[in-house]
Amino acid sequence: MLELKRVNMHYKTKEQCIGVLQDISLQVERGEFVAIIGPSGCGKSTLFKLIGGLLTPTAGEVWLDGEEITGKTGHISYVPQHSTLFPWRTVESNAALALEIAGVPKKKALAEVRSWLPRLGLGGYELAYPDALSGGMQQRVSFLRALLSPQELMCLDEPFGALDALTRSEMQQWLLDIWEEHRRTVLLVTHSIEEALLMADRVYVLSPRPARVLAEVPVPFARPRTAATIALPEFVALRQEIHSMLASNKE
Amino acid sequence: MTNKLLRRSGPPLLAVVLLLVIWELYVKVYQVQAWLLPAPTAIIREALSNWPRVQMHTLATLEIALLGFFLGTAVGLVLAIVLHSLAPLRQALYPLLILSQNIPIIALAPLLVVWFGFGVLPKVLIIALMCFFPILIAALQGLDYPDGAMLDYMRMIGAKPAQIFLKLELPNSLPHVFSGLKVAATYSMMGAVISEWLGAQQGLGVYMRLAASSFRTDRVFVSIFVIVALSLLFFASIVYLERNLIRWNSRREGN
Ligand SMILES: Nc1ncnc2c1ncn2[C@@H]1O[C@H](COP(=O)(O)OP(=O)(O)OP(=O)(O)O)[C@@H](O)[C@H]1O
Ligand SMILES: [Mg+2]
Repeated sequence: MLELKRVNMHYKTKEQCIGVLQDISLQVERGEFVAIIGPSGCGKSTLFKLIGGLLTPTAGEVWLDGEEITGKTGHISYVPQHSTLFPWRTVESNAALALEIAGVPKKKALAEVRSWLPRLGLGGYELAYPDALSGGMQQRVSFLRALLSPQELMCLDEPFGALDALTRSEMQQWLLDIWEEHRRTVLLVTHSIEEALLMADRVYVLSPRPARVLAEVPVPFARPRTAATIALPEFVALRQEIHSMLASNKE
Repeated sequence: MTNKLLRRSGPPLLAVVLLLVIWELYVKVYQVQAWLLPAPTAIIREALSNWPRVQMHTLATLEIALLGFFLGTAVGLVLAIVLHSLAPLRQALYPLLILSQNIPIIALAPLLVVWFGFGVLPKVLIIALMCFFPILIAALQGLDYPDGAMLDYMRMIGAKPAQIFLKLELPNSLPHVFSGLKVAATYSMMGAVISEWLGAQQGLGVYMRLAASSFRTDRVFVSIFVIVALSLLFFASIVYLERNLIRWNSRREGN
């Protein structure tokens, strides 16, 4: 479905040239849940900007469904790292935004959103403004916006990064349930090893900046996965393995 | 609601009343001549006894102020959208627009009278000229600088420029436009009085000038009071409109 071929990226500022991504190659198959894990600041968000076509790589190509989309926007659905809900739109109208952009009439988009909101624990908040929501609720609206968006590939940039530990594990479980029901193609960026192993079919481990792919790790645990999965000895062993991989590659 | 309103408007109201009381006492105690500084009560008495005339002048001023304000607002908003969409035109026109604000109104007004006569038109033009600029600048600010992450998001999911304009830039500029409107509202009353000074049959500017030249200081103060009250009222109606239109950040706002 998605393929990155030897993608390189530098940022050029006035004083210097910062290498961010180095020879990144990866694939995501249709219906697969893939996680990318890397230390803070290694270039994960940059990677999404490249896949989303917002930036053009210094070298390398991005392919989606047999079509080259390097530097082309509009091919992915996206949950940004920080909330980008529009403050002047209500919850329902925010969640309908991606559908509207795709050309779905507003009425129809809103009807679809309304049928989903209760399942996200947002029933009754249709007409609230993002301002009045907790961080976790905002992130769920942002997630619904991406979920309803017609593009098959969903890119999630640390969707739970700004949440407290308890809310975070609730949201992970919640995302897991939704995903196991719908099986969208997902690419999740995170810096939590546990989160990656709990949710993904496959994990790419990135080095610190400039990011290289250190390893591609298949995640063998059976689904549906729950909190109990985290306690399995195999899970703990795999987490330890990735942890030491990241630790030995610190600058 | 009423309680909150009372608590908020209490202190400034008290300050005004206090000022008036001190003024009144000062005039009474030191027996200040009426043509130098009339007491507030004398001003109010004059306003009431002369009300039909004051009202006639007030309505004349209000008319041109509102016409000029709406014309200026329309021009400011349309220009903002045009300049925002057409970068080359913006580069060409921007210096000229800034220049337009440097022309002294005192010099321009007689010219406008020469060109357009003593009617309503030249006055409305002066007011519009003063009002369009703050609205243009404010609206451009909102149109040009939406939140970067929101803009990235829109582009990433494939929003076309027209969609970005309608769904992001335009709503983003609304609070800015209201800041511009508040400035323009104040300018429009000032502009109306100034334009009437320069030649008119009626209006508070005329009334004020006649009063001053015949040393009717009380009448000068009557017009000042009326102008201040109208400005405040105008400003307040825009704040009211803003509150009702921009509901999304009413929670964050302190006052
Ligand atoms: N526009 C830019 N110009 C120059 N350097 C940039 C730019 N954007 C990002 N960088 C640099 O590139 C590096 C990677 O940034 P990026 O946001 O992709 O990291 P990240 O892995 O998403 O970090 P985090 O875990 O904090 O979200 C950072 O060191 C950052 O300073
Ligand atoms: Mg990031």
